[in-house]
Amino acid sequence: MAIIERPTPVLDIPALPAAPPAITPSRTFGALKRPVASTGWKSWLFTVDHKKIGLMYGATALFFFIVGGLEAVLIRLQLAAPEGKVLNADLYNQMFTMHATTMVFLFVMPMAAGFANYFIPLQIGARDVAFPRINAFGFWCFLGGGIVINLAWFLGGAADGGWFMYAPNSGPVFSPSNGIDFWALGLQIAGIASLTGAINLIVTVLNMRAPGMSLMKMPVFTWLVTVVQFLLLFAIPVITVALFLLTFQRSFGAQFFDVAAGADPLLWQHLFWIFGHPEVYVLILPSFGIVSEVLPVFSRKPLFGYPFVVFSGAAIGFVGWGVWAHHMFASGLGPVSVAVFSVATMAIAVPTGVKIINWTLTMWGGKLVFSTAMKFAVGLILLFTIGGLSGVTHSVAPSDTQQTDTYYIVAHFHYVLFGGSVFGLFAGFYYWWPKMFGKLLNERLGSLNFWFMVIGMNLTFGPMHILGLQGQPRRMYQWTEARAGEGFFNIAFWNLVASIGSLVLTLGILFFLINIVVTARSKVRAPLDPWNARSLEWMTSNPPKEHNFDSIPKVEHLDEFFHRKYEEDPVTHTMRGVATAEQVLAELERNADPHIHMPSPSYWPLVLAVGLPVIALGVIYSTMVAIVGGFIVLYAIYGWALEPATAVASDFDTPSTNGHAVSTTHG
Amino acid sequence: MTTETIEGTHLETEQEHGMSTRGYIVVALILAAITALEVSTYYVDFGPLFLPSLIVMMVVKFVMVVSFFMHLRFDNKIFSWLFYSGLLLAVGVYVAALSTFHFFLR
Amino acid sequence: MAETTTHDAHVSSTGLSNVKLGMWLFLGSECLLFGGLISTYMLYRGRVSDGPTPEQIYDIPFTSVSSFVLLMSSLTMVLAVSAAQKKDDRGVNLWLTTTALLGATFVGGQVYEFTAFYNEGLGFSTSLFGSSFYTLTGFHGVHVTVGIIMLLALVAINKRSSVPGSKSETVEMIGLYWHFVDIVWIIIFTLVYLIPV
Repeated sequence: MAIIERPTPVLDIPALPAAPPAITPSRTFGALKRPVASTGWKSWLFTVDHKKIGLMYGATALFFFIVGGLEAVLIRLQLAAPEGKVLNADLYNQMFTMHATTMVFLFVMPMAAGFANYFIPLQIGARDVAFPRINAFGFWCFLGGGIVINLAWFLGGAADGGWFMYAPNSGPVFSPSNGIDFWALGLQIAGIASLTGAINLIVTVLNMRAPGMSLMKMPVFTWLVTVVQFLLLFAIPVITVALFLLTFQRSFGAQFFDVAAGADPLLWQHLFWIFGHPEVYVLILPSFGIVSEVLPVFSRKPLFGYPFVVFSGAAIGFVGWGVWAHHMFASGLGPVSVAVFSVATMAIAVPTGVKIINWTLTMWGGKLVFSTAMKFAVGLILLFTIGGLSGVTHSVAPSDTQQTDTYYIVAHFHYVLFGGSVFGLFAGFYYWWPKMFGKLLNERLGSLNFWFMVIGMNLTFGPMHILGLQGQPRRMYQWTEARAGEGFFNIAFWNLVASIGSLVLTLGILFFLINIVVTARSKVRAPLDPWNARSLEWMTSNPPKEHNFDSIPKVEHLDEFFHRKYEEDPVTHTMRGVATAEQVLAELERNADPHIHMPSPSYWPLVLAVGLPVIALGVIYSTMVAIVGGFIVLYAIYGWALEPATAVASDFDTPSTNGHAVSTTHG
Repeated sequence: MTTETIEGTHLETEQEHGMSTRGYIVVALILAAITALEVSTYYVDFGPLFLPSLIVMMVVKFVMVVSFFMHLRFDNKIFSWLFYSGLLLAVGVYVAALSTFHFFLR
Repeated sequence: MAETTTHDAHVSSTGLSNVKLGMWLFLGSECLLFGGLISTYMLYRGRVSDGPTPEQIYDIPFTSVSSFVLLMSSLTMVLAVSAAQKKDDRGVNLWLTTTALLGATFVGGQVYEFTAFYNEGLGFSTSLFGSSFYTLTGFHGVHVTVGIIMLLALVAINKRSSVPGSKSETVEMIGLYWHFVDIVWIIIFTLVYLIPV
């Protein structure tokens, strides 16, 4: 970025939008003057730096995690006792719909996108992603989509059709508020973030690897996230179609899912799950990737069977396309379809099992270090396996027919999503925090965080297996004493346990939030290589410089950083240290590239992304508003198209002394 | 990787040449002729060949535009992989979904 | 590896351009978008309720002509790309404008067709056939329109540019998009218009 061209940041930028912007009509058709600030809020708002965008993804996702978590607590409070009075039926519907929507689309996906944004360029030895401005645009779309979805809370009620929004619940008869309109349009906008992000990261991984880093030398996190991006690339357009059809039905009088008009409501279910099942792997694979990074580091061993982990990840991505109808076994698909999809579903357990074996054998015989990150990683292996096994019971169609729409399903997907995805993300927090912020998260609080989460999660979701097999349907806003049953398996007792568990879980999350604050206030800097890590992202300062690497490393090994620190002793065949992390880094600094050109910040991603929610509101309320939004979009595209990726010298207020392409020895 | 790079650059330069203007016009003429044939099925009874011939002509036109006008034939194989994987995936999932509606039995 | 490509403007691991890779990824993704819309139409094309059936309203000769126009616009587009590679900016502008005009003719034909269908009693919410037909062809029409805007904007930018051939990659990218929109229509023309219910 500009900062590298000009060591002293420019100070006197006219504030935007507070002060009227300076205009350089000669160059940009009257477009706004380029932002060049590298500090302060403007440096975040207009940034194209993958690390800042990654952090913004993470912070926003964390906020939505808290929102979604509070929604979950309200649900559990409602169900703690018979005939709960915390929420009424209508509000309860909104609560579980928005809890799922928030957790899936506004927490796990963007949190994984945040990690991917931050760490993929670092792991492959690149200075930024392939399309930095599109990257920024993606983040603002995600934020805009999240706001639109949640805006409905204040404008007549949120979406209330369940997160997979089956017809006829999604129709105006059963959901007369605007909630589902906000939901569909908000997801549409958030989908743009996923689609552009997918294209961006795939091109980045294909094209911007450091010299020598062949595909089979890439870290596993990068590999699995790349698989995820392919899933998103092909799955997002399917949900786009479904959401458009839904919007056209609700806003423009089409009848795509209206049985009275002769429609097949199963069409929605197919479109939703053709997207929805790959989406499941979109949620879990990034966490698998994080765990595959964490386990070797804290086992002091290389990952067992790297090619198997990579190829089983790709296999999951591939087979994941052929199993969507197992979400629809109870919908009357017909015996042939059910049999085909049932077998395919059993098959997909195989590559997942391969991973579990790889992770276990990675730890086998290793010198295990139980840091908080490692605890979460091991927690994932155990909890995900439980969820995976209950998942296999659904693949058997007759058994699934019993379980459909009961709490057993809820138990299953919380074990894989919370015990899997969320635990993986938490392992990522503790592992990468020093890299992102230069400080280690407190391990004592981390331990409390972990144990409360493990106990809370098992107390909450474990009993749901029993509740489900006892026949408690999901999405019922009340249960009655009279039907609670008796003995050990009475649902009154287990509902109470689950609700208490959710409070324990909340405490666990609270310890994490306290940990963030405590760490932020702490003055202790993290060491350069706190975990004795293996991959390239650790081969730079904490936090990394704006241009990531002083010189782009030449890669010769998988786990390049490790191999620069250690060499095999030819006599004893053990690894011995040959260089410290500081020495490796100093070596890179000595060979620093004299010319580093980073893309400059831009207004246009933000302006473009602002136009989309305006259009969405226009679709719901008034065509005029939509037209205004359309003009904002057109204006932004116009400015964007005419803007060079790197700012020209005239955009800097302090005139440059030696022209645009200043070389620098700084950094 | 090195071989891939060399191959990539090689194909990239070859693609600069692409096809001659004459070649493009010939392709366009063939496409126009197939289109005329397609439209003729509306007037002339093709009998049992009606559906298969239309599908075949559609695929031929599709592949011709993709291969020649979009240069996939001359370009790096990666582009073909990316595009055709999306296309085949689309055909696969949607044909499967339509089959569950017994669409092809009607 | 980097050494072999340093002579090139954009150094990349594969030696391919970022933008072109991104464009092909986008087009691969678009296959699933149009696939979904086409499937929806195929499922619903026979469900006409009280409205007209496809056979009653489709005007095959008219649509054949507009399909032909769109097909020929692919030829003019590829000639623009060809001219761009030869750094012939005059040729580029000529062929891009021609392509945009042919595209506009196609969209005009679609507007006429929609109006005619509407007058014959096929509204957007008349039947499932109507909803899915207008949605599918409407999405395609929007894609063509976006393409026309990009073509004309590119001509405008090209005219201001002082370096001949500086936009040749952009011409190629818009070309890929344009051809894709054309091949989608090749499919729609057969599956929607020529094959009866």
